[in-house]
Amino acid sequence: MVQTLGYVKETPSQTAGPYVHIGLAPGAAGLDRFPRQLGQVIAGPQSLGERIRVEGRVLDGVGTPLTDVLIEIWQANAAGRYNHPEDCRELAVEPDFSGFGRVAPDFGTGIFSFETVKPGPVPGPGGRSQAPHLNLWLVARGINLGLNTRMYFGDEQAANATDPVLGRIESAARRGTLIARRDGAEPVYRFDIHLQGASETVFLDI
Amino acid sequence: MNTPPTAPGDFHARDHAWHPPALTPAYKTSIARSPRQPLLSLPQTLSEITGPTFGQPDLGPLDDDLILNYAHGGEPVGERIIVHGRVTDGNGRPVPGALVEVWQANAGGRYRHFKDTYLAALDPNFGGCGRCLTDADGAYAFRTIKPGAYPWPNATDSWRPAHIHFSLSGSAFCQRLITQMYFEGDPLIARCAIVRTIPDPEAVARLIAPLDMPAAKPFDALAYRFDIVLRGRRSTIFENRLEGN
Repeated sequence: MVQTLGYVKETPSQTAGPYVHIGLAPGAAGLDRFPRQLGQVIAGPQSLGERIRVEGRVLDGVGTPLTDVLIEIWQANAAGRYNHPEDCRELAVEPDFSGFGRVAPDFGTGIFSFETVKPGPVPGPGGRSQAPHLNLWLVARGINLGLNTRMYFGDEQAANATDPVLGRIESAARRGTLIARRDGAEPVYRFDIHLQGASETVFLDI
Repeated sequence: MNTPPTAPGDFHARDHAWHPPALTPAYKTSIARSPRQPLLSLPQTLSEITGPTFGQPDLGPLDDDLILNYAHGGEPVGERIIVHGRVTDGNGRPVPGALVEVWQANAGGRYRHFKDTYLAALDPNFGGCGRCLTDADGAYAFRTIKPGAYPWPNATDSWRPAHIHFSLSGSAFCQRLITQMYFEGDPLIARCAIVRTIPDPEAVARLIAPLDMPAAKPFDALAYRFDIVLRGRRSTIFENRLEGN
């Protein structure tokens, strides 16, 4: 026998189910009495940087868009700083920049869309810089443990080429599943997430 | 790159053998929605060890009281209960300021959601949405109505045990967790295909809240206790900063 270490295991996950909106995005469920919805504004008007819109779908293994998925977004501001006390670098965070968003797709089409500012690069392991990215977390009926992934920007070829996370993905095709295509002058970044199949998105164990 | 004066350690790895796997065929919806490629394991960076944080101004005054927060001119039907517990981390330390969000069906097993068409009636006084923040000791509490069981289209005899959905946001995006709380003594727990996605019976037991009579409010509400554990952080015995930050 040996001594016991005393760590406690994490509470096990269960699916968010089809009615996740009631709890996390009550307006999307049709509940009108909870005016303060969290994660509605990622970057308010005072937040600096390029204004962008991200649009896409989450597709299952048969190619059907999920209409009941909920996506959370966590990102740095345009200067590359997170709105969090442990990011103690001397970079400013605008008062209306939360960096946190929640988005549910349209129940008819499965298309999700959100507006934010393009983040700056953030520090990575070994003193390397990470290319600008959004951190994403997906929950839905049929997903037993929330899925983490990232969205990178297609017009950041140089930064993406040296990004330590993208660099860990051997297959160029799979690497491409994390890179959104910039479209139009607005601009819109198009980003579909594939839960399985030939184009399965790279999901992360963070 | 700037070096911060101090940076706490990263978080313990998630134990994927303890959580349900992505593909659990008896829960049919998981079949087409489960990734088949291995997850890419990453060293943690600021992107993972930071995350959204919340404060009282983010919440409304009745957010922790599901008996009153949707009531119009009456109170909801059902068994009045208090659900309370502590949020701690894998090192046994409290997680203060964690956002606890809950959602649930009403006493008849019907959700207030336009996609729920179960024949049990909606309760005009029950919304089923609540949230609160943990205190300095990691404690939280809600007042609500015990949800009902309901059938769901997995197999023809699939019924969900009474449950409350819980969403937890700690201090880091990598701690994000959604789970479900079940009630002690419910015979539907052992039959449920969603519960059974969890391989280890000890892990299932962690989701079953015991009746907590000492915490019940006499002549008013029963109480159930549900403690939650989020991922803990590595100690920083030999380092005081995350490499590279």
